[in-house]
Amino acid sequence: MHVPKVLEIKRIIEETPTVKTFIFDWEVKNELPGQFVMLWNFKDEKPMSISLIDPVNDEIGVSIRNVGNFTEDVHSMKVGDKLGIRGPYGRGFEISGSKVLAVGGGIGMAPLMAFTEEACRRGIEVDVVSAAATAGELIFTQRIKKAGANLLTCTDDGSHGFCGFGTDLAEKALHENDYDMIVTCGPEIMMKKLFNLVDEHKIPAQFSLERYMKCGLGICGQCCVDDVGWRVCAEGPVFWTDEVRLISEFGKYHRDASGVKHTL
Amino acid sequence: MLETEFCNIKMKNPTMLAAGVLGSTAASLNWAARSGAGAVVTKSFGKEPNKGYVNPTTVEVTGGVINAIGLSNPGVENFKGELEKLEGKVPSVASIYGANPGDFESIAVQVQDMVDAVELNVSCPHAMGGCGAAIGQDPYLTAEIVKAVKEVVKIPVVVKLTPNVTDIVEIAVSAVSAGCDALTMINSLGPGMRIDLETAKPILSNRFGGMSGPAVKPVALRCVFDVYEAVEVPIIGVGGIRDYRDVVEFLYAGARAVQIGTAVMYEGMEIFTKINRGLEKFMLQKDYSSIEEMIGKSH
Ligand SMILES: Cc1cc2nc3c(=O)[nH]c(=O)nc-3n(C[C@H](O)[C@H](O)[C@H](O)COP(=O)(O)OP(=O)(O)OC[C@H]3O[C@@H](n4cnc5c(N)ncnc54)[C@H](O)[C@@H]3O)c2cc1C
Ligand SMILES: Cc1cc2nc3c(=O)[nH]c(=O)nc-3n(C[C@H](O)[C@H](O)[C@H](O)COP(=O)(O)O)c2cc1C
Ligand code: FES
Repeated sequence: MHVPKVLEIKRIIEETPTVKTFIFDWEVKNELPGQFVMLWNFKDEKPMSISLIDPVNDEIGVSIRNVGNFTEDVHSMKVGDKLGIRGPYGRGFEISGSKVLAVGGGIGMAPLMAFTEEACRRGIEVDVVSAAATAGELIFTQRIKKAGANLLTCTDDGSHGFCGFGTDLAEKALHENDYDMIVTCGPEIMMKKLFNLVDEHKIPAQFSLERYMKCGLGICGQCCVDDVGWRVCAEGPVFWTDEVRLISEFGKYHRDASGVKHTL
Repeated sequence: MLETEFCNIKMKNPTMLAAGVLGSTAASLNWAARSGAGAVVTKSFGKEPNKGYVNPTTVEVTGGVINAIGLSNPGVENFKGELEKLEGKVPSVASIYGANPGDFESIAVQVQDMVDAVELNVSCPHAMGGCGAAIGQDPYLTAEIVKAVKEVVKIPVVVKLTPNVTDIVEIAVSAVSAGCDALTMINSLGPGMRIDLETAKPILSNRFGGMSGPAVKPVALRCVFDVYEAVEVPIIGVGGIRDYRDVVEFLYAGARAVQIGTAVMYEGMEIFTKINRGLEKFMLQKDYSSIEEMIGKSH
């Protein structure tokens, strides 16, 4: 039943000055990396990717960047405070191949972290390109290494790793390695560039998209994309390259709470 | 075999996408059309962009969902941009709302050349500022709005009724006397609510919302049945339809076409093709050669 379960925050990890991970007890069944939950703070409800799926300890986590009213309110919470969670929703990443490149920008690393841990558990070799504005904003660096993945960092200001955009570093990695698949989540401009790149290299890729969401259930239509009409909350948020090709608004515009278009 | 029509609008099958379930963009309306819907109804739109209510705007309950989306829409000006992109594979109906006859009139005039009919939403159970059911619960206000719209448009005017009244027949008769060309029944039922046990907080930010889904079907069916006996205009049945059997019940009760909303959540867009296939099989078994033969059979 699509009803929020009210749970106590079990642990909070301060990832960076702007990102915190909130962990909850959760009976893990078949939650998939790339799926999301609707998080309720009793004033509002927002979609959040699942960034931690731990079937051994029966925990899930979400990682939240503090950008506005909702996220600020959640950031002010302490262990033991309560939040409502319903889900999981949407179609997650398909996990396959023997060598995979994961490209994450900013908080887009959240679903990719869950992906990386699951893929590594299955013996898949994962290279992770993690892009952030500056060294202090790189998230999950320890977790990525602990999972057994190969971490490639880049920062806009060069304060850590490669100096430049995640797409530049991804391009470099693509030239130096043979990947069976690419998964990505981050700012749409970044994903658009990556889309062009993987199209050139003819490597299967999955993109996790973000659109304004109200129901998360596939009923309100708020998250539908042009021209196919698919619901990002139900047919997505993860789409394959050939599907993204049909999403004509990808990299161009999105709609707000009233459905008015805004260019990216 | 599945063809039907209302107000001379021909449909290749009796299923339509209900107002407000997807339908906020040409893209999702075209998708429903391509997926087998016989006609599509837009999300209700008004004069100005409207953000609707703060989340949570939906929650599941036994037998369906309650929603208080709050009629979020980008406003008629933006919506015209969507209507332009309709592929026209199937008839389209613009669902519109407002607070007074003037609102309805001005919106209907602006879109009448782009759609096959308008459906007046005077029945949303959780609309703000005197819109929705606040109108449709009053036979005089309803008639006033129907008259105003009828005076200015050439296309058929459908009125969507709320079940949340003492006597739906009275409202229906009033709308028909005022000149409406068809009736859609029913909008979501209630309002209803759901409360969280841990915190004692109502789950919807609006506290209450309209109920839809399988549990409302008996009420919708009874509304169609009652009104069929009282008026001559075509009736479009909606409420809780999930498979072809539900459609047959609505046809027997007197509907000429049906709309499908919440079931898109359970079954996806494939629902239209599934229902049409089931309906055709049923008709072959029962030796019906047209939808027409089934309409009103329970009376
Ligand atoms: C599938 C999906 C997964 C997401 N995963 C994460 C995640 O793991 N971590 C994270 O920090 N954020 C995630 N987000 C974004 C998150 O849902 C919020 O959009 C964001 O945190 C807004 O925070 P705010 O309300 O505090 O800020 P605001 O200032 O109110 O909003 C900032 C911007 O966020 C977007 N936004 C606001 N409300 C919604 C909404 N209901 N649905 C979609 N977008 C909205 C709008 O573009 C808005 O301009 C995800 C979004 C989606 C759709
Ligand atoms: C999320 C949602 C949004 C809706 N929005 C509208 C709307 O904008 N206008 C309208 O006339 N009815 C709206 N409805 C009501 C439906 O069109 C329909 O009358 C009702 O849901 C009953 O049908 P169902 O059980 O098949 O969903 C909405 C229903 C839902 C679930
Ligand atoms: S958020 Fe409602 S359909 Fe996707």
